[in-house]
Amino acid sequence: MRIGVVTFPGSLDDRDAARAVRVAGGEAVSLWHGDADLHGVDAVVLPGGFSYGDYLRCGAIARFAPVMEPLVDAARGGLPVLGICNGFQVLCESHLLPGALIRNDHRKFVCRDQPLRVENTATAWTSGYAAGQQIVIPLKNGEGGYVADDRTLDELEAEGRVVVRYAGDNPNGSYRDIAGVTNARGNVVGLMPHPEHAVESLTGPTTDGLGFFTSVLEGLVRS
Amino acid sequence: MARVVVDVMLKPEILDPQGKAVQGAFGRLGFEGVASVRQGKRFEIELDGEATPEAVAEIERAAATLLANPVIEDFTVHVEAGV
Repeated sequence: MRIGVVTFPGSLDDRDAARAVRVAGGEAVSLWHGDADLHGVDAVVLPGGFSYGDYLRCGAIARFAPVMEPLVDAARGGLPVLGICNGFQVLCESHLLPGALIRNDHRKFVCRDQPLRVENTATAWTSGYAAGQQIVIPLKNGEGGYVADDRTLDELEAEGRVVVRYAGDNPNGSYRDIAGVTNARGNVVGLMPHPEHAVESLTGPTTDGLGFFTSVLEGLVRS
Repeated sequence: MARVVVDVMLKPEILDPQGKAVQGAFGRLGFEGVASVRQGKRFEIELDGEATPEAVAEIERAAATLLANPVIEDFTVHVEAGV
């Protein structure tokens, strides 16, 4: 199974994302922001970083990169897409996911091992977790506060589209402790914490993040 | 040549940590009587030609698409006189 990882100018975590794909048993395919072609991959990861220097708004310019055109179409057609950190911001700016990410309420960059509760295990990227499972993966962001209007938040809660929620202290002021959400179909998932940094015990606090990548691979094999 | 200005502000219900930081600095510097500060963005756009209704409508489209994120921000567009 081939999983594409997009590199934008300013992406930081594309190599870790590609490595996580390989550790999970998949083939990682590098996709370039300027190339409007997904090269037939079975799923796509939008990695963390500071695409286009976070100018204008985080993810606002990356959203219009040539690669995003086929990606948005494919995501609407059911292609599994995972946005991590800056990738989550790009997915929100693209309106593939509801809401937006704003500056942390305490105004400081936060970098820590973050406990999360997995609340939706029906998505393409979380099917390998148990409902309610607590995991610990790194979180590192300056603009990770998830916001949306109350109607959208109520809708997300009612439809079970909050994928992961911060457990314990809320690290960035995200409304309702939301760390990650999915679209109605469950193929597009975005989250601020970094599963790709928690796939090997040598470098990660845990290997709890690996499940995102094994979930999508198992789903692809089944289909 | 004409100049069109787009002002972008966070919607009132969205927290503005930058504005809060500025407000805190006001207090520390002794500027008094400030109830709140909210920070926005201002874009000055020079047009090739005149600010015709079509040209301004084009900038409004750009503002809604790129300059502002309508999920969290409001924007206004106006033509600056005498440029």
